[in-house]
Amino acid sequence: MSAPLYGLLLTGGRSRRMQRDKLRLEYGGQPQLARAMALLEPLVERSFLSVRADQLEDPLRAAYPRITDVLPEQGPIGGIHAALCAEGQAAWLVLAGDLPFLDAATLQQLIAARAPHRLATAFRSSHDGKPEPLCAIFEPASRAPIEAWIAAGQRCPRDFLAHADVELLVLRAPRALDNINTAAEYTQAHGQFGERTAAGPQRRLKIQYFAMLREQAGRSEETITSHAADARALYAELSASRGLHLKPEQLRVAINEAFADWSQPLSEGDTVVFLPPVAGG
Amino acid sequence: MSAFRFSSAALDTAALRAELTDPGCGAYAAFEGWVRDHNEGQRVTRLEYEAYAPLAAREGEQVIAEAISRFKLRGALCVHRIGALALGEIAVWVGASAPHRDEAFRACRYIIDEVKHRLPIWKKEHYASGDSGWVNCERCAAAAADAGADAASSAAHETHGHDHAHGPRR
Repeated sequence: MSAPLYGLLLTGGRSRRMQRDKLRLEYGGQPQLARAMALLEPLVERSFLSVRADQLEDPLRAAYPRITDVLPEQGPIGGIHAALCAEGQAAWLVLAGDLPFLDAATLQQLIAARAPHRLATAFRSSHDGKPEPLCAIFEPASRAPIEAWIAAGQRCPRDFLAHADVELLVLRAPRALDNINTAAEYTQAHGQFGERTAAGPQRRLKIQYFAMLREQAGRSEETITSHAADARALYAELSASRGLHLKPEQLRVAINEAFADWSQPLSEGDTVVFLPPVAGG
Repeated sequence: MSAFRFSSAALDTAALRAELTDPGCGAYAAFEGWVRDHNEGQRVTRLEYEAYAPLAAREGEQVIAEAISRFKLRGALCVHRIGALALGEIAVWVGASAPHRDEAFRACRYIIDEVKHRLPIWKKEHYASGDSGWVNCERCAAAAADAGADAASSAAHETHGHDHAHGPRR
């Protein structure tokens, strides 16, 4: 029988390049910490934050169960090690705190493909093909090799996975694990979540897909709920969650069977179609 | 009958032409677009057309209304095939009738050009090699992938250096 699955959100990073706590960065009006925990909680038996000792009293973090490092100053591998020590019978789904594009489908893919007889289950990075350690499942048996790895003076969890017996998966949504390190990256990502009216209501939208986008999305239509304020924000959301690979500047938009502007506000019940380059005649 | 239509069956050009006959017209011109056996160096074996039909039909009507007013036509019609087509079939048919020939010729040219550029219709070519591709989309997809790869090479650097990946985060 496989070990129960717990969740661990890594929140102890120093956010040096961002110069702001990345877990407090808001997308769609919600801090990343709350967004990530909301994704994680329904999928695991228990969920925790990995924190530095000096973050224990942080009000944002104090709302959740927390685990502090056993071996300090080791970076994320120290956080993973602490969780494996704290609940040794559990496997841990570990998430970095700076993955705003992560979606439930990606986590479900990881959990469905979990290989409990191996040390870990992880995605191959869609950027360089190497194991992606910060959205991965670490089995209880990984604790001893991780301890040995740290004792040998190593810290990089990616290198650890590259040398371990790991189940490696292909990401269905290639952008789902893109992380945010700098203020410029945040500004860009932030814009893609339709921030301007993010506090507004969610809308039910019907999306229809044609031609190349239909094949990429693997469906011809769907009904979704979204905070996206306009077609631009909606396309950013869908291109991440559905793996759409055409760029917005290559597409046109139709709303309710009429050509529309990318910035036209969306309304409840709208039908939205992204039109790939046409080729009639 | 609307002046722009889709058809999933082979076109009956004699019947379409008959819709445009008019004693006030001294000229009738038609254009037929055919399924060709090659494109951009590849041998094409068959085609599929797909359309966002409600929007394409509305835009097609608009194109024909523009042609009628611009060229003082007495009648104009365009029918576009949808679904699977074999080599040699008529993919699109345009007909225009007018008092004089110049307007009929120019109207056909206007309608087919606008239909190709404006209507949400997509063409998938199947090649003798076994490959297939969406015309006008594949290059965009490749360009998007290249741009993604460029972003990825910088992102890969960043990703490997998740702020907390190497430096002590505590």
